[in-house]
Amino acid sequence: MHKMLSHGKVIDNSWTLVAADVPTTDNLPTGDILVPLALWCGQHSVLKNHIGAVGVWLDSHEEIETLTGYLDQLPVVAINFPKFVDGRGFSSARLLRDRYHYQGEIRAIGSFIRDQLFLMQRCGFSQFSFSDEIDLQAATASLSDFSDGYQTAADQAEPLFKRLR
Amino acid sequence: MYIYDQYDQKLVDERVAQYRDQTNRYLDGQISDEEFLPIRLQNGLYVQRLAPMLRIAIPYGLISSRQLRALANISRRFDKGYVHFTTRQNIQLNWPRLEEVPDILAELAKVQMHAIQTSGNCIRNTTTDQFAGVAVDEIEDPRPWCEIIRQWSTIHPEFAFLPRKFKIAVCGSEEDRAAFLLHDIGIQLVKNSNGESGFHIYAGGGLGRTPVIASSIREYLPRQHLLSYLDAILRVYNRYGNRDNKYKARIKILVKAWTPEVFAQRVEAEWQQIISSDGGVNSELTENEVNRVKGFFTQPDYEPVDMLKVEAGLKAQATDNLAFSRWLQRNVRDQKQPGYASVSLSLKPAGVAPGDVTDGQLESIADLAERFSNGEVRSTHNQNVVIADVLKSALFDFWQQAKVHGLATPTIGTINDMICCPGGDYCSLANAKSIPVAEAIQRRFDDLDYVYDLGDLELNISGCMNACGHHHVGHIGILGVDKKGEEWYQIQLGGSASKQAALAKVLGPSLSRDEVVEGIEKIIDVYVENRLEGEAFLQTYQRVGMNKFKERVYAQNA
Ligand code: SF4
Repeated sequence: MHKMLSHGKVIDNSWTLVAADVPTTDNLPTGDILVPLALWCGQHSVLKNHIGAVGVWLDSHEEIETLTGYLDQLPVVAINFPKFVDGRGFSSARLLRDRYHYQGEIRAIGSFIRDQLFLMQRCGFSQFSFSDEIDLQAATASLSDFSDGYQTAADQAEPLFKRLR
Repeated sequence: MYIYDQYDQKLVDERVAQYRDQTNRYLDGQISDEEFLPIRLQNGLYVQRLAPMLRIAIPYGLISSRQLRALANISRRFDKGYVHFTTRQNIQLNWPRLEEVPDILAELAKVQMHAIQTSGNCIRNTTTDQFAGVAVDEIEDPRPWCEIIRQWSTIHPEFAFLPRKFKIAVCGSEEDRAAFLLHDIGIQLVKNSNGESGFHIYAGGGLGRTPVIASSIREYLPRQHLLSYLDAILRVYNRYGNRDNKYKARIKILVKAWTPEVFAQRVEAEWQQIISSDGGVNSELTENEVNRVKGFFTQPDYEPVDMLKVEAGLKAQATDNLAFSRWLQRNVRDQKQPGYASVSLSLKPAGVAPGDVTDGQLESIADLAERFSNGEVRSTHNQNVVIADVLKSALFDFWQQAKVHGLATPTIGTINDMICCPGGDYCSLANAKSIPVAEAIQRRFDDLDYVYDLGDLELNISGCMNACGHHHVGHIGILGVDKKGEEWYQIQLGGSASKQAALAKVLGPSLSRDEVVEGIEKIIDVYVENRLEGEAFLQTYQRVGMNKFKERVYAQNA
């Protein structure tokens, strides 16, 4: 089974990703699934009957605001990085946490890289499902590249100057 | 100047450790070239035409004598014994080895320096006026605000992968010496009608392929909200800036596409949400923090000075010594503190690439700053350095010392004080060489009396459209272009980086390398023949118009 990082630990990844171009719920895989935003928006009442957990994944250009009415139904919101240098997902995660107070898992999927983990975690990502096979245990080191940061972020309500100076 | 506390130091140390590990993993094949690219860029490392190039941050252009000596050491130990001052007030090493960069960064961290975010698609070094704190026309010292912005932007979790690079400048005076309207965000310190200080915020300025002067997006921002408002601008840009075409990815394109009004509304809406519902109100600046940072930018204890005596002494020295009087005239500025002056050390002697200094000169600058000032030096966007707070009565001594080390070239603000990017000699993006053009112009205009007579004249040279040499805002701009594999030069006239910012216009068809200097000479001739009493080049150009210049440069030889 695939593995991923969740809250700093290597765990099994039981989720199946449903591709962006799947238009209907007809032939969905069984078990836990991550469906694309459009499918969720069109079919969320049908998806309620799915056996297994259902989460949603967004691409980097898709607006997190579309999901705000559904957040309490979603155990996972995954954010795709089509390229690791596409930084829009960082803002999506922060909005989910800071503005919409989303409590579930925010999972990074796609082409992000290990060296972004510290920043992503600060923006509110809690899970990391890499598309490449990498040494996940070793990658956990990148979560603690820095011991603190100057700014407020999803993981820190107060800036450094208010806490420590 | 700002001194790191344990938290600042730890962050920089951790960054060195992070990058050392990344370099090791790269050399080990665990990180691909593509993945390593933004990592190394955000640690200052470019790969240039001939070798890697390391850009080291000088936050808002302020550097201490101790730091200059450390740089001199680094340039000896890891490079070829010289460094280059850039137009962004930073410093570049031209020949570091990729494997040794983590060691260089570790050496820098020992003197509270770094190369974080000096390159790449992230928030870059915040720049300001080289005369901050001492300028006669200053409203408020911009440097504490630059430092507050530096900390906020350093390893900002949300904005490390922007569509494109992002530059912020702060202006605290009447006259603009920071070219703040040519930045992604330009911040002007202002007072509102109640006398409270805050910021006038501009966005969407920049040079490069599509030069644009920034638009006002908020006339008054109360100062405590600076960071949440910057977050709002950056978030709007991060989400909606163009990521498909790197030539359309700067914020200026977004501001233009949406119109400044709509852009301002989007930022305002985002900001309101940040402070009302996101907990952004927590990042409100406290008086405590602002005062803490301001406390680092104190003035030295100025001695009371007998002004009459000092001025009389200077006058006598100047009368006796023409060279000294020229230097006084071009390189020395009054300060708001009577009896003190700010001295510009020129890094543009003829025959040296503009902005280049040797290790020994770095140490001499450090010595001068300690002996005649408070051990602080300012780098300028014109690629010179400034030592402020020099007693006027010590200027003659200062000049003699500076001369010994080749730092007293008396041409600040003249045609020979050109801004010039590294160009085709170093830069892999260049269309044409720029340094030899600068040198050829300096050689042609080698008669100092004539150069003085020409007065204030900004000549800026870029080796390609990326405009690192700010050619769009030179009174005379020269842009390297590629014509069928040959190096040609487009001449532009009438630009200005002042508060009345103007973008230069193209004179006409490009000139070959052989024709450039002659072309510049003809342009200068037209100025000299047409100027009115006391009129500087730019004013004459604005009065007589482009055509007169054009006719002369392109006249067929009879
Ligand atoms: S203007 Fe062009 S040639 Fe000059 S340094 Fe910038 S990128 Fe290189």
